[in-house]
Amino acid sequence: GRRFLISEIHFILLFSRQGKLRLQKWYTTLPDKEKKKIVREIVQIILARHQKTSSFVDWKDLKLVYKRYASLYFCCAIEDQDNELLTLEVVHRYVELLDRYFGNVCELDIIFNFEKAYFILDEFIIGGEVQDTSKRSAVKAIEDSDMLQETVEEYMNKPAF
Amino acid sequence: MPAVSKGDGMRGLAVFISDIRNCKSKEAEIKRINKELANIRSKFKGDKALDGYSKKKYVCKLLFIFLLGHDIDFGHMEAVNLLSSNRYTEKQIGYLFISVLVNSNSELIRLINNAIKNDLASRNPTFMGLALHCIANVGSREMAEAFAGEIPKILVAGDTMDSVKQSAALCLLRLYRTSPDLVPMGDWTSRVVHLLNDQHLGVVTAATSLITTLAQKNPEEFKTSVSLAVSRLSRIVTSASTDLQDYTYYFVPAPWLSVKLLRLLQCYPPPEDPAVRGRLTECLETILNKAQEPPKSKKVQHSNAKNAVLFEAISLIIHHDSEPNLLVRACNQLGQFLQHRETNLRYLALESMCTLASSEFSHEAVKTHIETVINALKTERDVSVRQRAVDLLYAMCDRSNAQQIVAEMLNYLETADYSIREEIVLKVAILAEKYAVDYTWYVDTILNLIRIAGDYVSEEVWYRVIQIVINRDDVQGYAAKTVFEALQAPACHENLVKVGGYILGEFGNLIAGDPRSSPLIQFNLLHSKFHLCSVPTRALLLSTYIKFVNLFPEIKTTIQDVLRSDSQLKNADVELQQRAVEYLRLSTIASTDILATVLEEMPPFPERESSILAKLKKKKGPGTVTDLEEIKKERSSDMNGSAEPASVNASAVSTPSPSADLLGLGAAPLTNSAPPPSSSGSLLVDVFSDSASAVAPLAPGSDDNFASPDLASSEVVSEEPADTVHDADELFHKFVCKNNGVLFENQLLQIGLKSEFRQNLGRMFIFYGNKTSTQFLNFTPTVICSDDLQPSLNLQTKPVDPTVDGGAQVQQVVNIECVSDFMEAPILNIQFRYGGTFQNLSVKLPITLNKFFQPTEMSSQDFFQRWKQLSNPKQEVQNIFKAKHPMDAEITKAKIIGFGSALLEEVDPNPANFVGAGIIHTKTTQIGCLLRLEPNLQAQMYRLTLRTSKEAVSQRLCELLSEQF
Repeated sequence: GRRFLISEIHFILLFSRQGKLRLQKWYTTLPDKEKKKIVREIVQIILARHQKTSSFVDWKDLKLVYKRYASLYFCCAIEDQDNELLTLEVVHRYVELLDRYFGNVCELDIIFNFEKAYFILDEFIIGGEVQDTSKRSAVKAIEDSDMLQETVEEYMNKPAF
Repeated sequence: MPAVSKGDGMRGLAVFISDIRNCKSKEAEIKRINKELANIRSKFKGDKALDGYSKKKYVCKLLFIFLLGHDIDFGHMEAVNLLSSNRYTEKQIGYLFISVLVNSNSELIRLINNAIKNDLASRNPTFMGLALHCIANVGSREMAEAFAGEIPKILVAGDTMDSVKQSAALCLLRLYRTSPDLVPMGDWTSRVVHLLNDQHLGVVTAATSLITTLAQKNPEEFKTSVSLAVSRLSRIVTSASTDLQDYTYYFVPAPWLSVKLLRLLQCYPPPEDPAVRGRLTECLETILNKAQEPPKSKKVQHSNAKNAVLFEAISLIIHHDSEPNLLVRACNQLGQFLQHRETNLRYLALESMCTLASSEFSHEAVKTHIETVINALKTERDVSVRQRAVDLLYAMCDRSNAQQIVAEMLNYLETADYSIREEIVLKVAILAEKYAVDYTWYVDTILNLIRIAGDYVSEEVWYRVIQIVINRDDVQGYAAKTVFEALQAPACHENLVKVGGYILGEFGNLIAGDPRSSPLIQFNLLHSKFHLCSVPTRALLLSTYIKFVNLFPEIKTTIQDVLRSDSQLKNADVELQQRAVEYLRLSTIASTDILATVLEEMPPFPERESSILAKLKKKKGPGTVTDLEEIKKERSSDMNGSAEPASVNASAVSTPSPSADLLGLGAAPLTNSAPPPSSSGSLLVDVFSDSASAVAPLAPGSDDNFASPDLASSEVVSEEPADTVHDADELFHKFVCKNNGVLFENQLLQIGLKSEFRQNLGRMFIFYGNKTSTQFLNFTPTVICSDDLQPSLNLQTKPVDPTVDGGAQVQQVVNIECVSDFMEAPILNIQFRYGGTFQNLSVKLPITLNKFFQPTEMSSQDFFQRWKQLSNPKQEVQNIFKAKHPMDAEITKAKIIGFGSALLEEVDPNPANFVGAGIIHTKTTQIGCLLRLEPNLQAQMYRLTLRTSKEAVSQRLCELLSEQF
């Protein structure tokens, strides 16, 4: 009866040190209200943790696995029996993918290109399960769509509203 | 603003995001958003057709606004339009919007499904990928209905691109999770298993996830995956670190795939084929060996990935629990991690060792690390890690180290975080009792607990110390002396006053010979605490005082003076006032002999398993208020119910007496003539609609009886006694959640039931109604327990009158005692003669395990903590089933309450789910039970999960409850 029908990852949250949510991806179906409540609670828990503590926190019947990269916290909720260390590396691999796409990714990249951050995550994880761990395959699909590189002039000629 | 780099940048979006970021206040932000929403609305409604770029930009703005936390109620149609765009970036934004903001508008779903269908058929792998991602993201029932048949084909088709295969595997996995009934098993399953051999490691990784989930529900069908997984794993662990190229992660070969394969193997017992088994053992040994090799990189990613595989391998070793060598090696490896400088590794090692401690092969090896674990308790800075250390100490405790572990836990308790104090108190109390050789040590330990963490000592804990002292002559004098000394402290915890009051009231005489603890000194000491205590404690002390009147006649007048004082006799609290009045009266009028009888020492408590264990299982449990109310109820019924002196004995104590008649059936208005609850006319209809098989005795050999709706034809009365048991499952199941009603009815006889249960005891009244106008002769009902059932269920019945007149009803009482948990139901066999024919029928008597439930209230936090503690796979039983009745939340609630557990509101994060908690009481043990019912209205399915400390109990409760919805 172990772990049956439950995603590897239940949800992923990205939030800043000020507690601003930057990305949320849910692999379980919940009402919006419930999601907001959970986000508030978890951001609070994680921000209150001291440095040098473990990266794992028990939360309800799940386990939170989190890591800070510069100004951003990445937090995954997984099943209690799931592999915590590997989840840390899921986060790291995602950061690497973002980095490879944006080049020295920073919080602002994710704010202004949130849709790309979602696309990259979708290429990496489907339904809470890691799809492909090869860096090459995951970024390739996104880059395919970006073949067309526009010039600054072209961009500036677009309407600003 | 950031430099725009790649692709088709949306300048308007960037400007808008900038504006929002520049807003100085929440109000300004809302104003800016409303302006934007108005703008987008007018664009969407405008006469001018929007080009793809504009549509994409506005849809993306809406998405951004939604993700800021605002509601979005338009734009869906525009997003759907984007799905049919031929430009990838437009299609992509359309799918993203749908995934995040899907609503169940059926018109829209049809359009979305159409677009997905086109993309799946497009043969364009990028478009197919987007469509599959969307299905997986939404995962709704409608999508499952539309695509669950199609996706397996894509998955196993020879010409499908690898990237599409991966998406298809995980998409199917998602659909299987949300709508398992819609994913048809078939030829494709064997081909999916063979994907484990695929060249492309990405495909293997995705397929392994899918197979693992499918194998959990259909282990037989996917059995061949075991040997394939072992050989795949073997190839990975023996590969050189560069062999797997892109799948090597920081010098670790394919860590994700390795972990997933190890997970898959945990769905099965150790392989039977010795060759496969040998190969797996080699793999596990290789993984353990690699842990000893010097790291290939200093990066934390390297060590995390390597250790992730190692911990998963250890999980598999523990799961198999069959290779002593591997278990001990695993333990040694974890032992090294206990002192690692990485906090994460220490945390995980403590956690993993907890499960190793319960294996007979590795228990001793775990114990050798005791000093390290104790040190962790003292020095770890992270409370999560300390919590794991406490868990591990508890798990490794046995007779040899109990004194040391208990001492260390007590030590730690002084500084422990408030959040985990109660749990530690319970653990100490359990260990102290379980491993007490010397009961003076036990008494000292519990008093220490009260001294250090009195607020966290629950009633179960101090009830228990009193039960043990009363049951053990050898410790009574010591206990009296010790509590007397402890009470000398100027500020002592109220729980100590309770224990002290009780013990001195029973055994104060054992120390009264010492002039330093003379009767008067004992009394004055207790009474000096009286006014600082709460009402229940004062009530207990009053009982101690009346006991002193008997133990120490020389201080009788002092005590009478106290009882007589206005503050007692006119106390505003009715309970205290009544006690003072009655005790004063008793001490005045009763002779010494009567006093001695009434106030006699408490008889030993029946030996039973510690209620603290149940307490630890349920953690915290019912609020004090409920408890007190229950005690009060018992007490007042004793006091009002009879003036017999013996009742003082029971009421004098605040501990619920386990031997008293807990059913209180004496008060139940049940008489011989009590009619069954409803008229037989309507019940007959009921019987018809529910179960034709319940209607009549079966004629031997007439198999089609069950199918026959014709009452008259199945009513053929057989001369030969038929042995068939009337399954009447529908009716039987009806009684699982209720206690009264009609159990059986045919044209001759109606059987009604009325029953009451409390803790492990019960009483059932069976009413036999003769529906004919003719006498039944030799009427003999017998309750039969099978050989399996007999040791677990104690039933006593009285014979009934062998003659039942026409139209009359007779009653039979069954006294029930649940000795231990049980699976089957007893059989009620009835034989009688009617008009010259012999009648013989049997029905299952609905005495089910859940009848011995006591509900337990608990907070969300407690529930989930407890839930997690029961995470051993053997403790959980789960069932997914189709709803048999309309899915009405109120009815579901009533059924869960009727089932016997408490219904816990606002515990589950999903308000649509139901959770319950309770304790099954048997004579030998108490079993804490947690349940969670997750309805899926769309699918008309339920998922029911039971977690208890005992596999058989989880199993039985799950079976019983599953039938109810």
